[in-house]
Amino acid sequence: MAKVKGSIVVNIERCKGCGVCVPSCPQSVIALHEDVNAKGYHYAYMANPEECTGCANCAMVCPDAVITVYRMKVNE
Amino acid sequence: MAEKITTNDIVKEENLVFRKTPLFIDKPLSYCPGCGHGVAHRLVLETIEEMGIQSETIGVAPVGCSVLAYEFMDIDMQQAAHGRAPALATAIKRLHPEKFVFTYQGDGDLAAIGTAETIHACNRGENITIIFINNGIYGMTGGQMAPTTLPGMKSSTSPYGRDIKTMGNPLKITELVAQLPGTYYVTRQAVHTPGAVRKAKKAIRMAFENQKLNKGVSFVEIVSNCNSGWKMEPVQANEWMVENMFPFFPLGDIKVPAEQK
Repeated sequence: MAKVKGSIVVNIERCKGCGVCVPSCPQSVIALHEDVNAKGYHYAYMANPEECTGCANCAMVCPDAVITVYRMKVNE
Repeated sequence: MAEKITTNDIVKEENLVFRKTPLFIDKPLSYCPGCGHGVAHRLVLETIEEMGIQSETIGVAPVGCSVLAYEFMDIDMQQAAHGRAPALATAIKRLHPEKFVFTYQGDGDLAAIGTAETIHACNRGENITIIFINNGIYGMTGGQMAPTTLPGMKSSTSPYGRDIKTMGNPLKITELVAQLPGTYYVTRQAVHTPGAVRKAKKAIRMAFENQKLNKGVSFVEIVSNCNSGWKMEPVQANEWMVENMFPFFPLGDIKVPAEQK
């Protein structure tokens, strides 16, 4: 069965840790990291990368456009 | 079962589905974390990118938080005096009718000091696009009460909540300009959820496409948050906006041209 796998890349230094992306993720993949970036913000990261479908919802709501989204079909 | 797919297998150029539009100048946005301005900027720039009109677009930046919009948008821009963006856009459009001209204004700019310019530009039916970000407050100067502040809403100049007996009623300027014959397309959108962002982008696209028709002003209001001014966390501010702002400023198209319904 073909399955969709996704992944995001967060521009960590540009992330302001607002957390708006977290509730927007239908798979609960994205979360704020306990570490901080150079500006002291808890940046977004994939806490649960296996579940990402690359729907780009997080990127849609990100006010700073720090999220890049990739998606591919996988045959299992 | 196939081999385990790792992130490195997925993160490849051919699998790209979303990236920051190159029309953003590569510098950090000056907005607070969670501010809707960033999304609104992105939607305007993505629309310009998709229409392929980067070199034919002239934007007018307002006074307010988005005063530095020209620092982030890789298009031709002008900076207007406070509230005068529609007047400046009128001049630009009349001198360069082939260009796409838009103003990007906040509620303190468009609905307070710029009310006269806004209403008259809309009434004259200038062939421009107005993007209006409404967060119900003067964000840049420290969260003072704006004409769009809701009844009972606390701000730094109405610490006990806006009392309409002494402070007057909030202004629904979008409904107001929809009454004018010069407006062609008037809509109210938001950018707090992925679905709302997609709808807002469609509206902005339509507002830019309408300039080809030369039929009048296209006016897109975006109800946004101001978590710093409202003294809330960004996610909490979005929830507050849904509960309190949307009943007063309902989302949806207010005036749609008959031929586009």
